[in-house]
Amino acid sequence: MSTTTLTPAPTDSVPVKAAPGGEGRIGLRANLRHISALVRRNLLQIKKDPESMFDVLLMPIVFTLLFVYVFGGSVGGSLGGDRQDYLNYLVPGLMAMMGMNIASAVGTGVNDDFRKGVMDRFRTMPIARSSVLIAKIVVELGRMLVAIVILLAMGFALGMELGTSVGGLLEAIVLAGVFGAAIMWIFILLGLSMKTAQSVQGVGFLVLMPLQFGSSIFAPTQTMPGWLQTFTDYNPLSNLADAVRGLMMGGPVAHSVWITLAWAVGITVVVAPLAVSKFRKRT
Amino acid sequence: MVDMTRNDKNPRSGANAVEVRGLVKHYGETKALDGVDLDVREGTVLGVLGPNGAGKTTLVRCLSTLVTPDAGHAVVAGYDVVRQPRQLRRTIGLTGQYASVDEKLSGRENLYMIGRLLDLPRKTARARADELLERFSLTDAAKRPAMDYSGGMRRRLDLAASMIGSPSVLYLDEPTTGLDPRTRNEVWDEVQRMVAEGATVLLTTQYMEEAEQLANELTVIDKGKIIARGGVDELKAKVGGRTLQIRPSDPAELAAMAQTLREAGLDGIAGAQAVPDEGLLYVPILSDEQLTAVVGLLGSRGFSLAHIATALPSLDEVFLAITGEKTAHSTDTIPEEVAA
Repeated sequence: MSTTTLTPAPTDSVPVKAAPGGEGRIGLRANLRHISALVRRNLLQIKKDPESMFDVLLMPIVFTLLFVYVFGGSVGGSLGGDRQDYLNYLVPGLMAMMGMNIASAVGTGVNDDFRKGVMDRFRTMPIARSSVLIAKIVVELGRMLVAIVILLAMGFALGMELGTSVGGLLEAIVLAGVFGAAIMWIFILLGLSMKTAQSVQGVGFLVLMPLQFGSSIFAPTQTMPGWLQTFTDYNPLSNLADAVRGLMMGGPVAHSVWITLAWAVGITVVVAPLAVSKFRKRT
Repeated sequence: MVDMTRNDKNPRSGANAVEVRGLVKHYGETKALDGVDLDVREGTVLGVLGPNGAGKTTLVRCLSTLVTPDAGHAVVAGYDVVRQPRQLRRTIGLTGQYASVDEKLSGRENLYMIGRLLDLPRKTARARADELLERFSLTDAAKRPAMDYSGGMRRRLDLAASMIGSPSVLYLDEPTTGLDPRTRNEVWDEVQRMVAEGATVLLTTQYMEEAEQLANELTVIDKGKIIARGGVDELKAKVGGRTLQIRPSDPAELAAMAQTLREAGLDGIAGAQAVPDEGLLYVPILSDEQLTAVVGLLGSRGFSLAHIATALPSLDEVFLAITGEKTAHSTDTIPEEVAA
């Protein structure tokens, strides 16, 4: 096996160019250009497969109708009002929930997408590897915005009344988006770590169900037993729902807004680098 | 190890576009690459020939920054694969065994997207996409989603995608595996054109025929190690170029025919092997003259031939000739003496 004995490293043939780092770095403008090219790819995919928007279009309608007409009367009554009061309570909560459901769909999508050959091409191209993931998040935030608009249209059609101003509503939407993006990183990491899309879906369901129902999204927490109240108090979805509700309907918001932002920033700072590194190393 | 001329000592040698030294990659107990050295001179095609699981794809994935090697190093177009991956990615193109295009997007949309990712201005990206669609005969299908393409069209789109940045080094990982012969020829034509335009190509393949068609030099790899290397002609001379298969009208005459050929001592004809199970006589030949001589001799001795054919040596036969042992997956049909 003479060829497998080491030949000395080449010294006189091809000189290794430049220092590592330097010229290979991707500037901010190039990075934005790459992200927009990849966003365009995702949008083209949606255009060719309009059915992939069904979840976003139908989820807000189904949830609003279901909860308002099934639970609206009784929960509204216990709130000291009627179905209309529950509508005002529910829609901000659902806005907080939309981001979670879309985020879990991102996980399955990523798992599916990233097993395909085109990801190998992206990873052999001179682009920042994070740009592939960021483009995905940008597109999903767009889908989330569509869902929120439909949700609000549904709410207003059923008679929801905004307690604050349009400014407050916009702030609520931005907050839901920021938190939603943070949760998307978690599901992207899951999607990259798990073998099949089904398992991602399974884990997503198991984690999200208790978080969503064990919160102030659908009903006030006062009547829940003490141990559950402790859970809901620490559940970031409660903070998000309270913050969105406060921004839309009035009442104190500062505390819940800051806690929500802290969660969003914390999650993103910890999970996003893990997801990018996982994407880099995935073979 | 078969002793052949080291290609980096070749007097024709220009600069090396790819230099690999002692490359190692283990996956648990599996030694996908176990100390691989190789060079590809600028503007040439190196064929890396080996069976499934030999380490070919791992080699390509290391050289295209998809996999980090455990040890050794590799320099491609002057850039170190581990230390300078970003610069390296600007100079390479990769076409894998599986089409690496977005299946939902059309051919044109795929090429435009890749152009934009390579920092081409919008107009240039559009023009380059159209130019490559034209060149790879995909203009008519430009607007159809890639998932509706035939296997050959996809592979051509994949090649076009790899060419957008005009890479100086192109990796083709089993570019024709799974394609029908006609489509295979189309892909070969394209590869030959790229080489004519000056690209350096590292090609992995399981087919001797493909290596012969495309490669200037060959490296044979097995179980993560290089077991032979040299020019295509050197390897063919070693293995015996083509194999002439003769089917006599009367199978009972097989042994007598083999005996006749061995005793006649035709120039360059070393062995003739009768395989009664198949009713065939195998004769390794190097030239058309030898083919004519063999058939002529058998005719003049009064043997009646029902069918003759020639075939390039299979990968199994190449391995047999080099190592004296068969690849793990070969079937046991050819007697050992063929190696002699």
